[in-house]
Amino acid sequence: MSRLRRLTGWLTTVDHKRIGILYGVSAFAFFLIGGIEALLIRLQLAFPRDSLISAETYNQLFTMHGTTMIFLAVMPLSSAFFNFLVPLMIGARDVAFPRLNALSFWIFLFGGIFINASFLFGAAPNAGWFGYANLTSKTFSEGQNLDFWLLGLLVLGASSLIAGFNFIVTIVNMRAPGMTFMRLPTFVWMTLITQFLIILAFPPITVGLILLGFDRFVGTNFYNPAAGGNPLLWQHLFWLFGHPEVYILILPPMGIISEVLPTFARKPLFGYPVVIYSGILIAFFGFGVWSHHMFTVGLGPVADSAFSIATMLIGIPTGVKIFNWLATLWGGRIRFQTPLYFALGFISMFLIGGLSGIMHASPPVDMQQQDSYFVVAHLHYVLVGGSLFGLFAGIYYWWPKIAGRLLDERLGRVNFWLFFIGFNVAFFPMHFLGVMGMPRRIYTYAEGLNWELWNRTSTAGAFLLGVAILVFLFNALVSLRRGAVAPADPWDGRTLEWSIPSPPPSYNFAEVPIVKSRDELWAQKKGRRSAVPRSEASPEAIHLPAPSHYPIVVAFGIITLAAGALTHLWVSVAGAFLMIYGIYRFAFEYRSGAHG
Amino acid sequence: MSTLNSVADLGSRIGDLFTNIIGWTLFILIIVEALLVWVIWAYRDRPGREEPKAVHGHVGLEIGWTMIPALIVTIIAIPTISTIFRTQAPPPDNALTIQVTGRQWWWEIRYPELGIVTANEIVVPAGRPVTLELKSGDVIHSFWVPRVGGKRDLIGGKVNTLTFTVETPGAYPGQCAEFCGLSHANMRMLLIAETPQEFDRWVDTQREPPAPPTGEAAAGPAAFVSGGCLACHTIRGLSTGVVGPDLTHVGSRQSIASGLLKNTPENLARWINDPPAVKPGARMPKLPLTGQQIATLAAYLGALK
Repeated sequence: MSRLRRLTGWLTTVDHKRIGILYGVSAFAFFLIGGIEALLIRLQLAFPRDSLISAETYNQLFTMHGTTMIFLAVMPLSSAFFNFLVPLMIGARDVAFPRLNALSFWIFLFGGIFINASFLFGAAPNAGWFGYANLTSKTFSEGQNLDFWLLGLLVLGASSLIAGFNFIVTIVNMRAPGMTFMRLPTFVWMTLITQFLIILAFPPITVGLILLGFDRFVGTNFYNPAAGGNPLLWQHLFWLFGHPEVYILILPPMGIISEVLPTFARKPLFGYPVVIYSGILIAFFGFGVWSHHMFTVGLGPVADSAFSIATMLIGIPTGVKIFNWLATLWGGRIRFQTPLYFALGFISMFLIGGLSGIMHASPPVDMQQQDSYFVVAHLHYVLVGGSLFGLFAGIYYWWPKIAGRLLDERLGRVNFWLFFIGFNVAFFPMHFLGVMGMPRRIYTYAEGLNWELWNRTSTAGAFLLGVAILVFLFNALVSLRRGAVAPADPWDGRTLEWSIPSPPPSYNFAEVPIVKSRDELWAQKKGRRSAVPRSEASPEAIHLPAPSHYPIVVAFGIITLAAGALTHLWVSVAGAFLMIYGIYRFAFEYRSGAHG
Repeated sequence: MSTLNSVADLGSRIGDLFTNIIGWTLFILIIVEALLVWVIWAYRDRPGREEPKAVHGHVGLEIGWTMIPALIVTIIAIPTISTIFRTQAPPPDNALTIQVTGRQWWWEIRYPELGIVTANEIVVPAGRPVTLELKSGDVIHSFWVPRVGGKRDLIGGKVNTLTFTVETPGAYPGQCAEFCGLSHANMRMLLIAETPQEFDRWVDTQREPPAPPTGEAAAGPAAFVSGGCLACHTIRGLSTGVVGPDLTHVGSRQSIASGLLKNTPENLARWINDPPAVKPGARMPKLPLTGQQIATLAAYLGALK
């Protein structure tokens, strides 16, 4: 196949596995960008009155670091797993809407590039990832920085919503025969819950962003207190999205480690139904706690108390999960391989983030911690110590299935220990800095406040973390070039994806499996019963969705439409035409399916 | 700037609650981490270890470890709620009201009962309750003096209050805690608690007009007018500008430029010469002043005690 044909193959693919890989690679690229931004931030803070980076650049860097890590790195890394694994784990040949799946990927990629393109114009967003009104108004933020931000986030929201509906339909409708809900792998359950969070949490921020767009482009005053508007409206809309967003970032990694721990302990997940119900409860409560981000805005003692109690309640199902994971390990035969290291890293570090979360669930305590480095420590223990450790557990666990080659175990362990030590050196001192009164989002600080030592330590840790990521990249490249070829089931796994070759063929399952138990593959291997006898199916006869040009066309139309808001109306009109044309062709596209 | 070692009732109440909660969380942390380490050590794969039994769950255990966090949460919630209501109680009758308005990037301070207007340094009497009325002149800011207690936001279209009594005289640094734009990092302040006698003396001097300038400063008022300073700044008896800080007694403050520089003649000259070079984005522009004008102004302002 020529290079061009190969490229076109990727651009028009609707195969969930290829889309998963596209998500993974793009998200990792954005993750590296966000990481470089973090290192620049840490360099600036290593010394008091450091003049390496200007105030304006610093504000752009921390805004883009947060925006990138949340929307362009951690969320889409989870999406990579949803895409690659959900059909395999439920015994399906693809997602319910393969072309929509491609569409959501291309919208995500173009949206991510769009926001980052702002750097080329020296106009990167600079009001924080939370973009509090009324600092975001035209009066106080004249440039196009925030236009890039709000348009980019609107576009990315469309991508998340499309993917959310797609996965809900997939998980509800595409399960293999016998794969009842209470036999679904835990990761699939957490995916399902996450999709419901996405479709319910993105509408509020979309509304908030559209109101902001009106304020900035049309001159309305939704958030302008001088004209009777209310800047707190933004905070409510944003956090009504923003807090569930935290669970969107943490539930999929919780699902990942609920797969990794049983495999490496060689025991089923302890209390599977309770782990599922806890996930549902966390998601449900997640919508009733947004104002704990607003304990200092003066909502009054009654509201503060209510949101405080609701927030503390989330500690209960979270604690239950941790105990269930410990009980899964208890009595097991634990094999120490890299995925397990990262899963244990998740439990031990996420616990610290969870417990500091309980501290600022108490509004009086939060009055001291809010917007201080204590919160920076907390959120990184949740999102790095939790989400990223979980995602790395997933990367090391499923890499052989995805790449068809094994990662090096020794490098994996070096990767883990550098990551673990670097992470703690970088972020634990931030607890001290917060207690010592250092606020967040300051590009400079005076000497003599005793902040120097811990800031310098933290910067050193951040660079160690950077080295850990380089070790991972090296490991990945070596594996792709000359890694040992992966068998179908390298870890003695329990779920269906390990029953098919690594990497899986385009049609996934030659014959759709018939599921008789939770941990179906394990049950088959343990010989309590044999696999359902398969007829010799010929893969050529399997119908697969045909590649399509239109997802990328529609996505390009959408991003052009957004870019028009920054340039000229005609660009928007052209984008809108392209989008409508793409949707029209998309809708009436008919081609007989390609065959495996 | 530590949040520990509080010097006010507000901070002490928060500190007590923090100590209580950190005790419980450390307790959980140690137990769970120890359990984790023990489990992975005890059940590590060793030659001869049997294939584990497929245990799917245990209802009693699971109810147990639902109840434990529920119990601990309740234990934490009770003092939390009582502290919320105590720290947000209506101010007592003898409280001194001080209006604090956040502006990019400085603090305007008014004592409505005393007729005093100042900036960036809040002088309070030790031992007497103080109620801050917090407002914003532009974007959202947050008032935070860590050693006094927690923060409270300053929001346009809304008046927030924060009540506390500082017990120990001294000067306590603080700064804006809500990201408020380019120079958010440079929006600092000082809270100065004086003994009641010192405070009364401070009030008296602030209410007096400043002494007429002498020596090098004598040409100050003229330079203030011709330099254009009067458009934005008030000096009682001379000008009525309201864009920037009131300078009537600027010489009596410990710092200038919202706590960025010590109040010395050199720093005053440096600030007047090029404010955005000291505080990026400062609304006060670099004015076309001669060296002579700057020296006169610095001497004049420094003498406005």
